[in-house]
Amino acid sequence: MSRFDKAFGKGRAALVCFVTAGDGDTAAVLEALVEGGADVIELGMPFTDPMADGPAIQLANLRALGKGTTTADIFAIATAFRARHPQVPLVLMGYANPMIRRGADWFADQCKAAGVDGVICVDTPPEEDAELGPALRGAGVATIRLATPTTDAARLPTVLETATGFLYYVSVAGITGLQQASTDTIDQAVAQLKSATDLPVAVGFGVRTPEQAGAIARVADGVVVGSALVELVGKYGDNAPAKVRELTAALAQAVHTARENA
Amino acid sequence: MNDAPAPNSFRNQPDERGHFGQFGGRYVSETLMPLILALEKEYTAAKSDPAFAEQFEDLLEHYVGRPSPLYYAERLTEELRKDAPEGMGAQVWFKRDELNHTGAHKINNCVGQILLAMRMGKTRIIAETGAGQHGVATATVAARFGLPCVVYMGAKDVERQQPNVFRMKLLGAEVIPVKAGAATLKDAMNEALRDWVANVHDTFYIIGTAAGPHPYPELVRDFQSVIGREAREQMLARTGRLPDLLVAAIGGGSNAIGLFHPFLDDPSVKMLGVEAAGHGLDKEHAASLAGGSPGILHGNKTYLLQDDDGQILEGHSISAGLDYPGIGPEHSWLKESGRVDYTYATDKEALDAFQLLCRTEGIIPALEPSHAVAAVVKVAREMPRDAIICANMCGRGDKDIFTVAAALGVEL
Repeated sequence: MSRFDKAFGKGRAALVCFVTAGDGDTAAVLEALVEGGADVIELGMPFTDPMADGPAIQLANLRALGKGTTTADIFAIATAFRARHPQVPLVLMGYANPMIRRGADWFADQCKAAGVDGVICVDTPPEEDAELGPALRGAGVATIRLATPTTDAARLPTVLETATGFLYYVSVAGITGLQQASTDTIDQAVAQLKSATDLPVAVGFGVRTPEQAGAIARVADGVVVGSALVELVGKYGDNAPAKVRELTAALAQAVHTARENA
Repeated sequence: MNDAPAPNSFRNQPDERGHFGQFGGRYVSETLMPLILALEKEYTAAKSDPAFAEQFEDLLEHYVGRPSPLYYAERLTEELRKDAPEGMGAQVWFKRDELNHTGAHKINNCVGQILLAMRMGKTRIIAETGAGQHGVATATVAARFGLPCVVYMGAKDVERQQPNVFRMKLLGAEVIPVKAGAATLKDAMNEALRDWVANVHDTFYIIGTAAGPHPYPELVRDFQSVIGREAREQMLARTGRLPDLLVAAIGGGSNAIGLFHPFLDDPSVKMLGVEAAGHGLDKEHAASLAGGSPGILHGNKTYLLQDDDGQILEGHSISAGLDYPGIGPEHSWLKESGRVDYTYATDKEALDAFQLLCRTEGIIPALEPSHAVAAVVKVAREMPRDAIICANMCGRGDKDIFTVAAALGVEL
């Protein structure tokens, strides 16, 4: 049983938390996420040109790169996390260029060695799967696909064909961190996705508060929160871990109990 | 890389997945993917629709002012012959795309893309711009067809290209300065992509160069190929033969691919693309082929300026239009296939060529084609007198006089 199966198979929704690697004291922030109750960690790989991200994560990328964060640093963070937390699924999320720079096989090997469970490559749609997909899946690393409001029924099978680990439903057509879709729309989309795949479906983009997270957790297998956490890292710097733990705990409480309260 | 046998044709790229060899492709977020596929479908339909071609050609003739002249630059030719070896000094001809409406080749592509936008029922236009030439051309066609237009422009470029910013505003466009990153063309493109992904339902993104996700590199090339088709006909009519060498400046590479593509299967015609070497290849520059390596950015795989971790480096050129750390994917493929040669010119060489052309021909070129002229200056002397060079004069220099004055230490 994979770490994903366990994390999403607890009979309640999972909380998926995103932070950018190299932004603030990442090791301490990751500890705070786990202590707060995060079920899955998404570690953002900073990139100079994060064109799918809103202002919060753009700034986090700049802060991380400004500190000189390298790909080697990111894998060191992942390796240390895996040693401390053998059971918590860890996903790398980022853009294609840093992932393919030294070759897809190199990247896949590094992921495997660092205990990374899956990769979300924002700017590599299923049509370009050959770039990274075979190497990652060959190394036992999941290729987590995005589905969006623009992914219609005709296209969904193409997306699912190379999707492994879980499916990430981007609830709004837009960039990270800004607006949120209505609960009704999300309920409907999740129901459609779940009828088409056995993969767990996590919902993200624009989820900021425990109330929003709880509402989504009634229907989805997972709820992704990113920008709200990243903003805390940006705002509080060295003091961010305590704030991150606090928000994560409130989110986890809402997500984990959503179905009991429904 | 160059070991593979030459293909039967250099003119049948990209493949059905938008790949030029290993380059090109569709590296976009899932939100954009359905739109990219819809655009491809619409473009395929438009290509075989005589009404589309007719409307495009009519606008090029009566609105843009095509065909642009093919001009024999006699005084420049003579000037270059002065210090050429005996019997050397090729004839220099210019394809005068700087005489187009709005002053550059950019308008050719904008006319084609706005017709596609309207076919797709899109009601809002966005674009990115560096020097402002593509922004002006986009604002122009948006005004012509009555569509609202938003142009993203790096804050630094807004500062150094004020006349074009004002032109866009006169034409009714909203110009949004982008402060992220180095606040130049690359950052403007990021921001345009962010706008697009949030407004896919009604918005058409008019990309300004032969780059980005498939089908953009193909359709921009096709719209710009009017340059090469005309040049080919005009050269045959005027001289009875094909040119020996084509020369064009390259940022993203749309004017170059527009000139080159119709000649790619004429084996006697050599081609030279000229990148911007800025302060020099060992310093800050914008020469992706000469000083970069393959990677993925802005929807396509191509040569990029990047570090060991795949982080994108900032380009530098005195020409804001060449100041981009990537290049259109077809050029990457043409380089690797060996069909086209690529070289570079520094800021200083471009400035010298700019002044040379002003004085010998009475043509004030934009700084972008000044790079092409700089390369012509070097190679014409090494070619026989009966050889013919055709260089693309892709833009006029009115927009650049302030930059040139500053570089020459002149206060206006």
